[in-house]
Amino acid sequence: MLEPQKTLDTYYLEARRDLLEVAALLDRYDRSVEKQGQKAEDESRLNSLLEAMSLLSGGDHPKANRTEQLLNHFAKVS
Amino acid sequence: MQIIQPHYHAIARTAQDYERMAMSGVVAVCEPAFWAGFDRRYPETFIDYFAQISEFEPTRAAEFGIRHYCWVAVNPKEAENTELTQEVLRHMPEFLKKPTCLGVGETGLHKSTQNEIDSLQAHVEIAMKHDQLVLIHTPHLSDKAHGTKTVLEVLAGMDVNPDKIWIDHVEEQTIESVLDAGYWAGMTLYPVTKCSPRRSVDILEKYSTERLLVNSSADWGPSDPFTLQESIVEFRRRGHSLQEAVEIYHNNPCRFLGQNPKWDIKPITIREE
Repeated sequence: MLEPQKTLDTYYLEARRDLLEVAALLDRYDRSVEKQGQKAEDESRLNSLLEAMSLLSGGDHPKANRTEQLLNHFAKVS
Repeated sequence: MQIIQPHYHAIARTAQDYERMAMSGVVAVCEPAFWAGFDRRYPETFIDYFAQISEFEPTRAAEFGIRHYCWVAVNPKEAENTELTQEVLRHMPEFLKKPTCLGVGETGLHKSTQNEIDSLQAHVEIAMKHDQLVLIHTPHLSDKAHGTKTVLEVLAGMDVNPDKIWIDHVEEQTIESVLDAGYWAGMTLYPVTKCSPRRSVDILEKYSTERLLVNSSADWGPSDPFTLQESIVEFRRRGHSLQEAVEIYHNNPCRFLGQNPKWDIKPITIREE
């Protein structure tokens, strides 16, 4: 296993890229809503993503099981 | 579909990349002078490098039916060596006369130091003096916004024709200021560190595309020449027409680069019978 600092340094840029992709998706959705003048009929996938980010940014995760929690969270959305 | 790779560091790539690009519709690549991964110590090293990209590399590309053009400059990362920069600048006009050399680039900023700024100004002055196009690199990651602002400030203080200047590696936080100032803006699509294919299409959908160029990433680091084709597929997947794609990925490079008479590839209009 990599040391803590090495872990951050190794994977930071890839995580940055992935977060930017999520931000771009949310912007893309907002622009589409603005252009079409209406929201998606079913926004459950959007809400699921927003809830997932809350889960990630919230408090301590002593079990280091964020991934497992997200998979269980995403399993609620078809 | 015919595609142009406006920013491609061919000497860092394999012949197999040329072959695959040819199979995917790439008809021309343009190779700006680049950083070698280490700071070069001798002006002669640059002169050999310029000869490589202006004389040898076109023959390698031609094996696959691809046209190869180049640009010459001292890379911003090497601008701290002011003596070397001045000496290379002295030799640049002879390469600007080469039949496939399109202009001065990529110059620009890396850490936005005074030496880099002085080098950028000197490069732009040579370009304007010889009526050349200019390709300007903007910094990576956390230095990008500040560096791009500085590039625009430097150019604002010079007598330049914005039509002939392409400011590269723009992202969402810098594109508006570049377009508002009247320059061409380029997006460079990297697997990790710069714009992505999907984000490039978001930008194409958000802004007027008249002065936008899309580049893949092709150098000796983690990069991928086919991020350009990924962008095209994403653009088409969102319902944009083939002609709209041709306008961006073929005709826009032709319009910008065609300001240099050495560039003889013309914009294409698709005609349906």
